[in-house]
Amino acid sequence: MYVIIVGGGQVGHSLARLLMAEKHEVLLVEKDPARYSKLSEEFGESVILGDGAELDTLMDMGANRADVLVAVTGMDQDNLVICQMAKILYLIPKTIARVNDPKNEEIFQSLGVDATVSSTRIIGSLIEEKIDAGMFIPLLALKGGEVEIFQTQLSSDSTLIDKKISKLTLPQNCIIIAALRENQIIIPKGDTILKENDTIITLVGKDAKDTFKKLFL
Amino acid sequence: MKVVILGCSRVGALLATELFSKGDEVSVIDQDPGSLKRLGRDFDGKAFLGIGIDEGALKKAEIEKAEVFIAVTNDDNTNLMAAQLVREKFKTPKIFLRVYDPKRAEAFKELGLNIICPTIDTAKKIEKFLSEKA
Repeated sequence: MYVIIVGGGQVGHSLARLLMAEKHEVLLVEKDPARYSKLSEEFGESVILGDGAELDTLMDMGANRADVLVAVTGMDQDNLVICQMAKILYLIPKTIARVNDPKNEEIFQSLGVDATVSSTRIIGSLIEEKIDAGMFIPLLALKGGEVEIFQTQLSSDSTLIDKKISKLTLPQNCIIIAALRENQIIIPKGDTILKENDTIITLVGKDAKDTFKKLFL
Repeated sequence: MKVVILGCSRVGALLATELFSKGDEVSVIDQDPGSLKRLGRDFDGKAFLGIGIDEGALKKAEIEKAEVFIAVTNDDNTNLMAAQLVREKFKTPKIFLRVYDPKRAEAFKELGLNIICPTIDTAKKIEKFLSEKA
């Protein structure tokens, strides 16, 4: 996949490293010359100097063949406009924006950004979840929090263990997407049986969140 | 007519004072207290300290009652985001914004925004003068 990352701060830097390790083609774009020259020591030709909202930069980036553009600068207005420019001019299939002010998640999505990531919100809910349940880890919020992905470890008294998944009474809008057991990743089918200490990854709709949590407590 | 102006830039301040003296109800938002001083003593409309991509600040400036919203900060992206936020959330009937970058202005005109691009306008005007002289 060809991924363009705009914004070479902490988030952009780590994301670029992560995606490169997974063998994706990555291009990092940074507009500050000092930060750019530092990044180019590590990333070489995979980083360019430019303003991601400018047409010339988008052209230099080869935006026409990008599969994904991720805008992770510290300014919400920049992230929005960069994603919109990529959509309007280059029809990039998927744009993802970092949202610094969680209030902006909804408006970004109604203005055509495909996905938003708000670290403030994730950290906020992490703290909340810690106090709340002690074991739900929110991994990702999609559609402005309409759908969330949680990680949970199953305890010995969980009602979900030692039964076929098809026999479980899960709330609607809730799907177990994976179970991690030791070093194995299990993609569950109807006859999969969950075990104590399995870490499960679940996709949960907003309306199903409370019912979902009760199942594990 | 109720008008909300985002950005007490030179053009923002000029518009605010002109519209106010014509009897319009004007609110101005800027994040810099120094810029709000541009409004001068004769301006008796409302001035608010805040950022325009924040719903709270816009509501304080009574955007819900406004017929016109004008985004003229010095940052293109702020103007673009504010104008779209106001259009989506508050459905303000008339929205105008300034975008310096001609390419960005062209791209966003496709989304039906009333964009004024001073760069294009100035270049066109000068070209016109030149061709008239020739």
